[in-house]
Amino acid sequence: MSEQSGEPPRGAGPHEHAHPDAETYLRVAAALVVLTVLEVGVFYVPAFRPVLVPTLLVLSALKFSLVVLFYMHLKMDSPFFSFLFGAPLLLATGVLVALLFLFFGTLTLRGAAGAG
Amino acid sequence: MKRWITTTDHKRIGLLYFWTAFCFFLVGGLEALLIRLQLAQPNGHLVSAETYNQLFTMHGTTMVFLALMPLSASFFNYIVPLQIGARDVAFPRLNAFSYWVFLLGGLLLNASWLVGPLFHAPHWNVAPNGGWFGYANLTERQFSPGPNIDFWLLGLQILGISSLAAGFNFIVTILNMRAPGMKMLRVPAFSWMTLVTQFLVITAFPVITVGLVFLMFDRFFGTHFYVATAGATPLLWQHLFWLFGHPEVYILILPAMGIVSEVLPTFARKPLFGYTVVVFSGVLIGFMGWGVWSHHMFAVGLGPIADSVFAGTTMLIAVPTGVKIFNWIATLWGGDIRGSTALHFAVGFIAMFIIGGLSGVTHASPPADLQQTDTYYVVAHIHYVLFGGTVLGLFAGIYYWWPKMTGRLLSEPLGKWHFWLTFVGMNLAFFPMHLIGLLGMPRRIYTYTPELGVSALNLVSTVGAFLIAVAILVFLVNVLRTRTHGRPAPNDPWGGATLEWSIPSPPPVYNFSVIPTVASRLPRWKTERHEPMRDPPAVPPAPIHVPPGSWWPLIAALGLPVLALAPLTHTLWLAFLGAAILLVGIYRWAFEPFEV
Amino acid sequence: MTHAAATHHTSMGLDSRKMAFWAFIGSECLLFSSLISTYLVYKGRSVVGPSPHEILNIPFTSVSTFDLLMSSLMMVLALAAVQRGDMKWGKIWLFATALLGLVFLGGQVIEFTEFVHKGLTLQTNLFGCTFFVLTGTHGAHVTVGVLWLLTLWVRALQGKLGPGQALTVEITGLYWHFVDVVWIVIFTVVYLIQ
Repeated sequence: MSEQSGEPPRGAGPHEHAHPDAETYLRVAAALVVLTVLEVGVFYVPAFRPVLVPTLLVLSALKFSLVVLFYMHLKMDSPFFSFLFGAPLLLATGVLVALLFLFFGTLTLRGAAGAG
Repeated sequence: MKRWITTTDHKRIGLLYFWTAFCFFLVGGLEALLIRLQLAQPNGHLVSAETYNQLFTMHGTTMVFLALMPLSASFFNYIVPLQIGARDVAFPRLNAFSYWVFLLGGLLLNASWLVGPLFHAPHWNVAPNGGWFGYANLTERQFSPGPNIDFWLLGLQILGISSLAAGFNFIVTILNMRAPGMKMLRVPAFSWMTLVTQFLVITAFPVITVGLVFLMFDRFFGTHFYVATAGATPLLWQHLFWLFGHPEVYILILPAMGIVSEVLPTFARKPLFGYTVVVFSGVLIGFMGWGVWSHHMFAVGLGPIADSVFAGTTMLIAVPTGVKIFNWIATLWGGDIRGSTALHFAVGFIAMFIIGGLSGVTHASPPADLQQTDTYYVVAHIHYVLFGGTVLGLFAGIYYWWPKMTGRLLSEPLGKWHFWLTFVGMNLAFFPMHLIGLLGMPRRIYTYTPELGVSALNLVSTVGAFLIAVAILVFLVNVLRTRTHGRPAPNDPWGGATLEWSIPSPPPVYNFSVIPTVASRLPRWKTERHEPMRDPPAVPPAPIHVPPGSWWPLIAALGLPVLALAPLTHTLWLAFLGAAILLVGIYRWAFEPFEV
Repeated sequence: MTHAAATHHTSMGLDSRKMAFWAFIGSECLLFSSLISTYLVYKGRSVVGPSPHEILNIPFTSVSTFDLLMSSLMMVLALAAVQRGDMKWGKIWLFATALLGLVFLGGQVIEFTEFVHKGLTLQTNLFGCTFFVLTGTHGAHVTVGVLWLLTLWVRALQGKLGPGQALTVEITGLYWHFVDVVWIVIFTVVYLIQ
């Protein structure tokens, strides 16, 4: 549902970051609403229980990307802004994963490594 | 006076940073001397155990946050815009705001030495006493009931705002304000290291801010972030602190590495050996600096896998650092060396930083680290890195850029005295600490018995500390003498390659009469492919717009200490007052006419 | 957004304010990841109740989430209107964005009050500590955003905000959308993954 990117930049001037028009914004909003409904729906359907966490993470990542790419214009804006946002975001994710690993991984890992 | 208070000129702000940070450096040094006097002999009784705790906590906190970081910031401010050929930083008022927040935060932190009676304490000093890394849960209200830790956590939060604001400012300045033709790989090494440092600042400071906010909530609002009985673990604090703390180490050392990378080529009359490698090593150090924090925590028992991973990353980070050292040595090799004071300090930096780096690698091995943790060996390491490294590097920068910043050359003979006294003093002071630590003396202990067998070594260390003090006095004499007797500096007293040497010393308020166009990485030197640039004319050919000063950065900054006083004194209305001052400052700032 | 870049020469051809703001958002990523990490690390470690599944009200928060998403839509519509010089709709959308922000904050007040009535306060247990500080920090960000939007709206009413200030609106939007994506993460990690 993110194919609306092909639109020609409105009032395309010499500058590279023409913004999408209102129609694109509305379509993204519709996608966001659908995804949110899916999220909440999945939460209430017992059949999804075993894959609930990965499903929710994927849906959330989709919403995150839609807002960042279209509403924050990273898709059409300078790639350097994507770097300024992406590098710390990567770091932030790394820190989160590392901390989860350090707090929840060690007990089992220590057990696996045996005594001493 | 008003022109200094409302200034938005990066050069004035640089000088304000310098003198403020240097005063804090003297205060931190005084604290160190008291510590060394207390430890000069066994069973010392110069200060009480409580005062001793405050002394070592404030010595560490002051040196890291109020002396070394802002001394580096003074060069970021003064030198970076000149090196990249800009008229000012990207956001001059934000720059002023950073300075005022730093000053006020530093004053708040140090006010804790004098305000004991206001908090019904039996003595004057209620300074922070939990160590510079303030380990929870010692810092909880239950174990530290006084206002000491409150000063620390509020002061550090304020200082964090200053660093963050400066971080955004310098990132944009270096990326976006370069003179025409100055591609990223023509940016001088010092400005490059500044850029890496600022990326570390803007990513690391939010983490400690969160850690400090948790501590603040624990102490003031009864939460349990670090309270073990509620199921929490004090390890969280250690993780959050060192997630910040290790990048902070590189925030402290990278600017000094940048300075050395400027000083060596100038006085060896050779381009920096492997400029690109030096730059990318700095970037790599910045990235890898994020993956080593748990090596500060080997002693808590993280398990073999975590220990192995962090030992590995820690040993790896020595590689780009070693690469830089070889590049510096190769820069000197075969050079036309002039032994100026700045070069003495720069070479001293290399030698001392190698020692600090090597003892650092010994901590990287968890079994060895378990023997060293919390002993004087660690104190020796940090001082070889931060004094032998950062302080010597900063003094190299001071002697190198002093003529540019003040228009007068410091005395070289006095400078040599300063260097050799510092060099001998620091090795006397810090080398014995390796042995003291390995012999079993813990750090942060206010006295020891003669039976430990470290009395003589401690005395040597104290003598060394006082030699450093004498060296600092020589420097101050040099500074005072230079004010009246110093030789006036020409545009370029050293034959430097970078843009700051193409303009008068000190530079006019607009810096460059004409913004230069840069055609090479060493614009003022003749290379195989490039003629030296022509310096900008002494008189600007067209009038230059210089932004006026502004009161609002100072006013907005004033809101922060007022806000901090609210929890400190348990006075709610101060919080509203502080927020109001901050808001008024920001709104007036946003809407005042200010043309950059 | 473009004439600012046209009048001021910059080395990268990008507006300095916008670049600084993206760096700020990058920095905020680390702030929120530290808070979210803490929430996750302390999950299930509380020694007393109530626990998340006894407290969290998914239907109510879903509405709040929807509200914040719609405010993001209003924000981009406001930006598009200001960019094409249509200040009538610019004002309407700006106000609508702020209003939806206020609704979200109102929802948070109701939610927090309800939790306190059910016995979950800041001091009750680790869930209370981490939940209130995380969502409270987000709420504080929304509050700043609402103040910022209302300021722009008043400026627009005074006729001091026009297409010339589109970059200001765009940066405000960056902030507002970032606060929205943080909520997207919080909604999933805190509310839905229990």
